[in-house]
Amino acid sequence: MRWGRRAASRVTAAADLTRTAIELRGVSHDYGDRPVLRDLSLTLAESRVGVVGGNGSGKSTFARLLNGLVVPTEGTVLVDGLDTRTQLREVRRRVGFVFQDPDAQIVLPTVAEDVGFGLTNLGVPPEERARRVEEVLVRYGLAGHRDHPAHLLSGGQKQLLAIAGVLVMAPQRVVFDEPTTLLDLANTRRIARVVEELEQDVVVVTHHLDLLAGFDRVLVFEDGRVVADGAPAETVRWYVDRMS
Amino acid sequence: MKSRDLAYIALFAAITAVLGLLPPVPVPGIPVPITAQTLGVMLAGSVLGARRGGLALLTFLVVVAAGMPLLSGGRGGLGVFVGPSAGYLYSWPIAAFVIGLLTQVTYRRFNLAWAMVANLVGGIAVIYALGIPFTSIYGDVSLSAAATGSLSFIPGDLVKAGIASVVAVAVRKAYPVIELPRRRPAAG
Amino acid sequence: MTLSLYVPVASPVHRAPAGLKLGLLAALAVALFLVGRLAVAGGVLAAVLLLGVGVARLPVRALVAQVRPVWPWLVLLLAFHLVFTDWRTGTLVVLRLLTLVVAAAVVTSTTRVTELVAVVEWLARPLAVLGIRPARIGLVIAMTLRFIPLIAERAAAIREAQAARGATGMRWGMLVPLLVQVLRLAHTLGEALDARGADAPAPPRRAGASAP
Repeated sequence: MRWGRRAASRVTAAADLTRTAIELRGVSHDYGDRPVLRDLSLTLAESRVGVVGGNGSGKSTFARLLNGLVVPTEGTVLVDGLDTRTQLREVRRRVGFVFQDPDAQIVLPTVAEDVGFGLTNLGVPPEERARRVEEVLVRYGLAGHRDHPAHLLSGGQKQLLAIAGVLVMAPQRVVFDEPTTLLDLANTRRIARVVEELEQDVVVVTHHLDLLAGFDRVLVFEDGRVVADGAPAETVRWYVDRMS
Repeated sequence: MKSRDLAYIALFAAITAVLGLLPPVPVPGIPVPITAQTLGVMLAGSVLGARRGGLALLTFLVVVAAGMPLLSGGRGGLGVFVGPSAGYLYSWPIAAFVIGLLTQVTYRRFNLAWAMVANLVGGIAVIYALGIPFTSIYGDVSLSAAATGSLSFIPGDLVKAGIASVVAVAVRKAYPVIELPRRRPAAG
Repeated sequence: MTLSLYVPVASPVHRAPAGLKLGLLAALAVALFLVGRLAVAGGVLAAVLLLGVGVARLPVRALVAQVRPVWPWLVLLLAFHLVFTDWRTGTLVVLRLLTLVVAAAVVTSTTRVTELVAVVEWLARPLAVLGIRPARIGLVIAMTLRFIPLIAERAAAIREAQAARGATGMRWGMLVPLLVQVLRLAHTLGEALDARGADAPAPPRRAGASAP
């Protein structure tokens, strides 16, 4: 808690700190001539939002809209009032992104170096960088691996490292794109606990439906559209019925 | 240059390094076993194109010069850049660039034949055109003597050009990285 | 960076700035070719060896290991000159090259990878006018070192998958699936770089100054 507040004041000194909502207005997206999202309009104000759907349903692209990794071909995405098209830098600072494959987001060769990467980009001075890196390494049980090469970590540790590298930047929101798909049961539970304990608002795209138990809202994607939207219990049940 | 391009450049610098870790492959009928490293030069050019391919090999050389023993046989450091065969090393970024350029120019109708042309010109002609004179000047020997010494590597290089070309055509179909100006290819 | 050729010893040569060492090496490369007398060339080699083994206290085998790859070339050159010119020219040519290679090995063994990368970034500063950010050179190099074990891992996994379906040995056919897989990985890594602010490194002050 303490960490989140301090970091927030540091990162976005003069900016509006309130988390209002993520808003999509008439959003469509296509890759070449292949449409992946069709005319989405919705407002996400909840603290815990889950996204489910089959492969190719558009949910991954949807996740990438939320921090401007993908800018929609049509329509507007607003994150707490910031337009991902024109205020990309502020949006990226506000929204952290955790990918499915930690190997694809661990950038630097050793653990501590990699955690510090985002802070370097933010222009955080070295002493403060070292302190914040140390803080998250301890929090995610990686302190003993500080100078280890990242490729020697286990799959679960790699995903924790990936999460640490995002959270050290103190975003106000975190988007997870299938964070547990490549993990075993124990590590999936561990990541679920990490997500649960975050004070940030989160959006989680996942195939692991039990991850969504305590969530506020779940969206079901199909063919680029939201086909169900509601409380997790009913929505997940509806989704499971539909898939079987 | 986008972040993605930086990642591609690092990727092919690393691929060239990994190819150098492979043990030399003896090929029947060829006197010198083949080392795979220049395959990295050819793949970088023909998968990434001129600019990124050239930069990938430049990155690789900087990493080697900085003291990582990533040249085939575990060689590295600054010594290899002042040795008599250093001209071949210096030619790699240029070779990758030339291969990339020829690939880009023919990318719309890219096939095995064009890939072969690119790899033979960039991956063999350019490398020897720079490597042989360097050895000649540096070692104070005649051009023809320096050239004779490298002849035994030609068969292996031909095999590598063949492999690189087949792979380049397949990768273009499965995951094209070089962007065509405007209009998407009909083949994709 | 465990596989680097750096040899950690506390010596004045180790402490000397990397830029100075590289500058001297470059100067030596030029100067040696102006030397026409055997005795002088031999003296320079002796001086370089003294510096490496005596002052920098490098183990002789560390230097030998770096010189070994050049050995066959030197022998060939000497043989060529013995046949076509004379032993003096041959010895001079070989001495020059050997001196340079030993000097380069001394620089490599006494300078950390990160220091050398910093020199490269410094040298690249003039490129900023072309829109090339020198700091990105360090990033690309770091990513290269990160990719090497990753590619080796993925290659092993594909080889296993192919072996499970009856393929044997090292097969060039694995190159295509491997390349496609690591290209996808690099693509996502590019996205991850952006997501963590690599595309817009800005001074920290006044970051959120624009009104929402």
